[in-house]
Amino acid sequence: MDALIEILQDLHPDVDFNTCDTLIDDKIFDSFDIVSLVTDVSEEYDITIPVEEIVPTNFNSAKALWALIERLIEDE
Amino acid sequence: MHFASFSFIIFIAVLVVLYYLIPKKWQWILLLAASYFFYSFAGAGYLVFIIATTLSTWYASIRLDRLKHIQTEYLAYNKKDMTREDRKSYKAEIKGRQRKWLVSCLVLNFGTLAVLKYAGYLPVGSMGIILPLGISFYTFQAMGYLIDIYRGSYDAEKNLAKLALFVSFFPQLVQGPISRFNQLKETMFAEHDYNADNITYGLQRILWGFFKKLVIADRLVVAVKTIVTNPIDYQGAYVLLGMFFYAIQLYADFTGGIDIAIGVSRLLGIRLAENFERPYFSKSITEYWRRWHMTLGTWFKDYMFFPISVSKTMMSFSKKLRNKFGDGIGKRFPIYAASIIVWFTTGAWHGSSLNFIVWGLLNCLVILVSQECEPLYKKFHSRFPAIGRTFIYRLFQVGRTFWLMSFLRTLDVYTGVGTTFHMYGSVFTVWNLQELFQGGLLQLGLSTADYVVLALAVGLVLYVSLQSRSGSYTLKINSSPMPMRYAAYFFIFVCVLIFGAYGVGYDSSQFIYSQF
Repeated sequence: MDALIEILQDLHPDVDFNTCDTLIDDKIFDSFDIVSLVTDVSEEYDITIPVEEIVPTNFNSAKALWALIERLIEDE
Repeated sequence: MHFASFSFIIFIAVLVVLYYLIPKKWQWILLLAASYFFYSFAGAGYLVFIIATTLSTWYASIRLDRLKHIQTEYLAYNKKDMTREDRKSYKAEIKGRQRKWLVSCLVLNFGTLAVLKYAGYLPVGSMGIILPLGISFYTFQAMGYLIDIYRGSYDAEKNLAKLALFVSFFPQLVQGPISRFNQLKETMFAEHDYNADNITYGLQRILWGFFKKLVIADRLVVAVKTIVTNPIDYQGAYVLLGMFFYAIQLYADFTGGIDIAIGVSRLLGIRLAENFERPYFSKSITEYWRRWHMTLGTWFKDYMFFPISVSKTMMSFSKKLRNKFGDGIGKRFPIYAASIIVWFTTGAWHGSSLNFIVWGLLNCLVILVSQECEPLYKKFHSRFPAIGRTFIYRLFQVGRTFWLMSFLRTLDVYTGVGTTFHMYGSVFTVWNLQELFQGGLLQLGLSTADYVVLALAVGLVLYVSLQSRSGSYTLKINSSPMPMRYAAYFFIFVCVLIFGAYGVGYDSSQFIYSQF
């Protein structure tokens, strides 16, 4: 989770990712951020994030994204 | 049968009465019949295309769904005897079979759209083919549905007639919005009682749509046409005026049409997605594209931008680039490649001429350059934090975005890319601003009275947009005292009747986006 927070902080240093759960709803992340994030996360955790998983509920918070990563690691 | 026609109003009136008189379980079937009846007005021969799209989408979606259920049952039954590798390999096999159905259907439908759209460029010529009404919209809607089924987002609709209604629902057929099946089905197939709130809201939206279309768009089209069809006579300041007028015309035309589509649907108890969020108040071009024609934007994002940018091939290529050239290039490549493809396609979707391709790619260029400049903006704002908070700066951002979009959009209206750029150049070489006020404005086909009507009508639209920033203006109107509310309805209604652009010299028959 720490590595994920670090990736997120690199993207938006001004956001508190431990508390924010409206990253998509409040348009903090745009589509370019999502692609950048998917690239970093895939590299860091050696997973493939399928396009059908790119939905607001999976990217609205660091916690939701972490849950997705754990699920994908389990599936790999 | 066009939205801004008397026959359409009669059609809607009869439909709404019948809709609430018949047994509720037949309501959606009546809508299907009404949609095909509406579509047949555009040319009965074109029904073949929409029926082919419906049938192919339905059949492919059923096959995809069946494969999904076969997989679920097989895995549930054999899970104990299978290793993780076995399961992965079985899933991959099913996915491969699903992919064949998906790709076949996509090729068939997008291929048909491309051939019809670009028929004029074929060696044999267009063969008299005219683009079927709404084909760009219903093809995208149907293919979006199919991709959702492929992704397993929801179950396929088994009832062919229900899917046929989703594809052909007449209010959204002409110019969108492009709906998602899982969102629309909730209200589309529900049984609806007569509801006074729905009728009131629907009529408000329709009236407001007619006001924008008939009082503003169809009046301005005269001046815009005069300027763009006579590029030799109208250069310099006229080009700037044409950009400004076309920006207002397109907004009034497209949002007016969407207001009518949403309003008509609401009369029937059906909720369509909103397509605009006051786009001319955007402070950047990326924000503008999040607020203009939103359903097309999200379609391209969900079904094209992400699938390309996060595909396995793209990710592994990006990794190689990162290893070789560093993060800067490696991380940017998927975004740049996907953006260029998406904007090229967006341009091609809008029209078959080179103008639209250039328009799409220029939009892409501006967005990517803005993205690259983002660190500079941040640096500037951290150095001068007070400036970004001032009203003047926000006004500057809105004005800059408006003019930038107006500048790019000019490619829609001139006949060629060369002419458009020549006209841009004339803004700096032909100094004739004073000519506009020495009778030039009155040579564009509009009288002084027309300009007064336009100024007041645009002022009203601007006022409503500003009021909508703090919440729906419809709700505000509905909570005002009854005499005031009805006075407002009556005022708009009378304006449409008296100041609507009808008759010789005006063209109220076509919505701009219906030709896309």
